[in-house]
Amino acid sequence: MFVLVVGGGKVGYYLAKELIESGHEVALMEKDAARASHIADEIGSIVIAHDGCEGKYLGEAGCNRADVVAAVTGDDEDNLVICQMAKHHFDVPRTIARVNNPKNEALFRHLGVDELISPTRMILGSIEQDIPVHELLHLAALGEGELELIEAHLQAGSPAIGRAPRDLSIPEGCTLFAVIRDGVATPLRPDTVMLEGDKVIAIGKTECQDLLHDQLIGETVSADA
Amino acid sequence: MKIVIVGCGRVGASAADSYDRAGHEVIVLDSSTAAFDRLPSTFGGKAIRGDGTDEDVLRRAGAEGADVLLALTEGDNRNVMATQLAIEALGAGRVIAKINDPLRAEAYAELGIATVCRTGLILDAMNSYLGLPLSGLPGLLPPSGLHDGAAHQRFAAPPPAVKAESVPSPRPIATREV
Repeated sequence: MFVLVVGGGKVGYYLAKELIESGHEVALMEKDAARASHIADEIGSIVIAHDGCEGKYLGEAGCNRADVVAAVTGDDEDNLVICQMAKHHFDVPRTIARVNNPKNEALFRHLGVDELISPTRMILGSIEQDIPVHELLHLAALGEGELELIEAHLQAGSPAIGRAPRDLSIPEGCTLFAVIRDGVATPLRPDTVMLEGDKVIAIGKTECQDLLHDQLIGETVSADA
Repeated sequence: MKIVIVGCGRVGASAADSYDRAGHEVIVLDSSTAAFDRLPSTFGGKAIRGDGTDEDVLRRAGAEGADVLLALTEGDNRNVMATQLAIEALGAGRVIAKINDPLRAEAYAELGIATVCRTGLILDAMNSYLGLPLSGLPGLLPPSGLHDGAAHQRFAAPPPAVKAESVPSPRPIATREV
């Protein structure tokens, strides 16, 4: 495959390098002359020291016979124009754009860019996946550290909803002592019925947490299941 | 008319001032506040600092439903993107992108955006003064094709999540030196 990479930053550089190692034919466009010659020293004379947004230079780089054009500069508007020029003017079958602002994804897709890679979106997704949504929140360690102050947010599916503490099998060494409902904290009595959206505050031994979790949140389900 | 101008350089500032004086509702954006020094003190429109290729910024500036959007920054691609956003996402009526690369100016006119190319305009202004034949380079090109936005529904938000595409397994082809 002949791959035209536009943008000689870190992404473009490593992309070109990997592609060459995999046996592909590669041309890399980088408008900064110093950066271009630096890359050429590293990976050979596949570098074109011109602006890949300029129609003339795209043509000279062989854009019309490229199988893939990958626009990986740091500027979304440049990547969009490179892909659009490649697609509509040079009939490149496959265009790939790096998108920095996730809000631009819909526009790029709509305007005919074949594939979008959004580092921002990927990192965002990765972070959100790691935030436990159905977990106990540890507020503080008490005493010598053998006790913990815990908050449990009761969401749909919690076995505690509609029940009172006396109906639950609260592990020994744990006390449910308060409930926060609509921003108001009230003592949690043995007969107080818990509702969805309640935040239950408990104190318990560290080793009781799994049992407490089962009672207040539900059977342990991993976040990515 | 509601006229949005992206880029408050010499052309942008002059356009903003003249449309303002003609009684139009003018919103001018630039990423640098210093650029607004080019506007006369009598300017009665809105001058807003921000990136005209950012949909949120354009919305906040009140660009939605503009009758006209002129993209006149120094960056051809920024101008392209601002006008495409205006058509696709903001429901702008008519747009013009300043594109100084003649090839890109022609390509985007074919893609449905009016473009104005300084290169051709200046050259042909000089040629007509000198009595020489015209250059054949584009000046102001009206859209010759339909922009995607005219042919399709406005794109739906929010966009689907992007998945990493797997790179196809490489075929062993000798690397050609360019």
